[in-house]
Amino acid sequence: MPVMTYREALRSAMAEEMERDESVVLLGEDIGVYGGTHLVTDGLIDKFGDKRVIDTPIAEGGFTGAALGMAMTGMRPIVEMMTWNFSFQAVDQIIQNAAKVRYFSGGQVTVPLVIRGPNGGGVQLSAQHTHSLEGFYGHFPGIKVVSPVTPHDAKGMMLTAIRDNNPIIFMEAGALYGAKGEVPEGDYTVPFGKARIAREGTDVTLISYGRQVPLLEKVAETLEGEGVSAEVIDLRSIRPFDTETIVNSVRKTHRAVVVQEQWRWFSVASEVAAVIQEQAFDDLDAPVERVSGAEVPAPYARNLELAAFPSVDQIAAAARRVLYREN
Amino acid sequence: MATTRSRSAKSAENGVAKGAETLPYDRDTLIGFSRTMTTIRLFEEAAQKAFRQGKIGGYLHLYIGQEALALGFLHEYRPGDKIITAYRDHAHALILGATPREVMAELYGKGTGLVKGKGGSMHLFDVKNGFWGGYGIVGGHIPLGVGFAYAQAYQKSGAMTQLYFGDGSIHNGAFHEAANLAGLWGREGMNPCLFVLENNKYGMGTSVQRATAMTDLSEKFDSYAIEHEDVDANDLFAVLECAQRVTKKIRETGTPYGIEAQTYRVTAHGAADFLERYRGKEEVAEARKHDPINRYEHRLLEMGVATEADLEAIRAEAKAVADDAVKFAEESPEPDLSELYTDVLAD
Ligand SMILES: Cc1ncc(C[n+]2csc(CCOP(=O)(O)OP(=O)(O)O)c2C)c(N)n1
Ligand SMILES: [Mg+2]
Repeated sequence: MPVMTYREALRSAMAEEMERDESVVLLGEDIGVYGGTHLVTDGLIDKFGDKRVIDTPIAEGGFTGAALGMAMTGMRPIVEMMTWNFSFQAVDQIIQNAAKVRYFSGGQVTVPLVIRGPNGGGVQLSAQHTHSLEGFYGHFPGIKVVSPVTPHDAKGMMLTAIRDNNPIIFMEAGALYGAKGEVPEGDYTVPFGKARIAREGTDVTLISYGRQVPLLEKVAETLEGEGVSAEVIDLRSIRPFDTETIVNSVRKTHRAVVVQEQWRWFSVASEVAAVIQEQAFDDLDAPVERVSGAEVPAPYARNLELAAFPSVDQIAAAARRVLYREN
Repeated sequence: MATTRSRSAKSAENGVAKGAETLPYDRDTLIGFSRTMTTIRLFEEAAQKAFRQGKIGGYLHLYIGQEALALGFLHEYRPGDKIITAYRDHAHALILGATPREVMAELYGKGTGLVKGKGGSMHLFDVKNGFWGGYGIVGGHIPLGVGFAYAQAYQKSGAMTQLYFGDGSIHNGAFHEAANLAGLWGREGMNPCLFVLENNKYGMGTSVQRATAMTDLSEKFDSYAIEHEDVDANDLFAVLECAQRVTKKIRETGTPYGIEAQTYRVTAHGAADFLERYRGKEEVAEARKHDPINRYEHRLLEMGVATEADLEAIRAEAKAVADDAVKFAEESPEPDLSELYTDVLAD
């Protein structure tokens, strides 16, 4: 199988679908002439021209709303948020219009709109440029929220996203654009609402998504050295949500740790923990642990930032606690 | 309403005579301007170097080639005034009185930094010196400046706000909503706000021409009945003249005023950016010929205010200040870990 970076996987999904389907267009800041701030769209303007790769001014509310208008009327736009931090300027369009127009029009319109871009922190961008918004967007009915972490899933889920007839919040692991992985040749899709078992294990289930997944794999290795077999689940999809894979795993391991970079209150991990206690209560041998970002806006200083996000040590300690190996 | 469009570049030639004797500044002040701009330049070059060495993290947006802009307007700063800008904020903070040491320490993310290592380059704040930040979301800070100005009028403080924003941000809804408010409130003398549009010709990789069909940006102020003019912001004398005149008017009337300050971003958007496909090398080389520090130094030499030796001494002094700031930043401790949880909410 060919090996490519996460960035290239996303690009190839978009380029291939643009070849197949003329209604697919891209919009965003500096995605064309500049090549994309993170080079995800690099070269696409040369291939498809500036009517299909549309450079926009810095007006997230305006161009996201315009893309929504295109989506409602026969096109399949993909909007790049340079980073998801800037989507707050477009939240009115995303939530008030995109997520609801089908419902309040009594089903008369469909919204095949993809909004994609990097999400998450870890590179000292401080408070305004560091957010993990899966829980935030996951709160609203009427949109789907996904967060692939491997190049394989990035491409397969991007193809699913473009073909979906609903607004898709596509959150990329910004820190991993350069990470490589195997990607099948040709057309394939990865469905939404299916979690991935990244590593099989029997003693404890570690659950996360996005850039935390490689961290969990490291934790699993650490635990293996201590004679503990950890299962790692990559949610991939936040809404719709794969209850079955999680519950089956916990039935097997009886213990779970949920990890996220975002804040703990009203978050994805809260939801995962709730689902586990609702559906696997009798199988649990310990309360579900949540490891989350510190309840503060993201700091700049490196030492503070490291302290603000889940670390291998913190996650391993949580795993030992649910195994009653550590207090 | 009628708007004046005096090109200050022109008025500088007419109004401000070439000879030092007719300038309203004494020699110390004139030399001081040179010292300030040179210090900022060398400070930022040192920061850029530290960034490349991995000692500074996050983003680093430099003001190289735009120094005369902030200096000219901030020369009219009076205690009580409020200054606000986006993330390209080092010069503003330094001119207003933040020390190179505490600014550099902030860029290094040290506990001795201007905001204790919590904000970094994009979020400098120095409220005691009138500097109200340092914001990272394009357009996001513009309404705040209009609010500052309303509060100043309401509190009858006699003070005003200088609100800096980029050519890329003028297409953001935040500008239009805020400018409309400023025009509206200004009718009642309730908005002593100087809108300083820092037109450095690019918002990241997007030129003004590729961002709007109406490229004469200052005309956007007309929509909100805000008087405005252009200034050649790489000519310090032109900026000083303009700043003095318009801030006087704003203080007297409580009405907002717009400036389109023409400059050019000679560096990449951020220190991490390396691809410059969106503009030609010749264009940048041409722009470098209009470097504000060079231009100013030439004028000083021409006027006989300074000699080459004086300018050399200023450079040496500025270099020492920048070196000292770097040394201070490197030797400073990281923030205490307990700082992670402070400053989230007020008591
Ligand atoms: C709402 C929003 N969208 C995108 C960005 C990313 N971004 C940071 S700076 C910038 C360009 C701004 O250009 P301009 O206003 O001209 O200021 P300059 O950098 O030239 O000083 C962009 C697009 C952002 N910070 N905020
Ligand atoms: Mg600009």
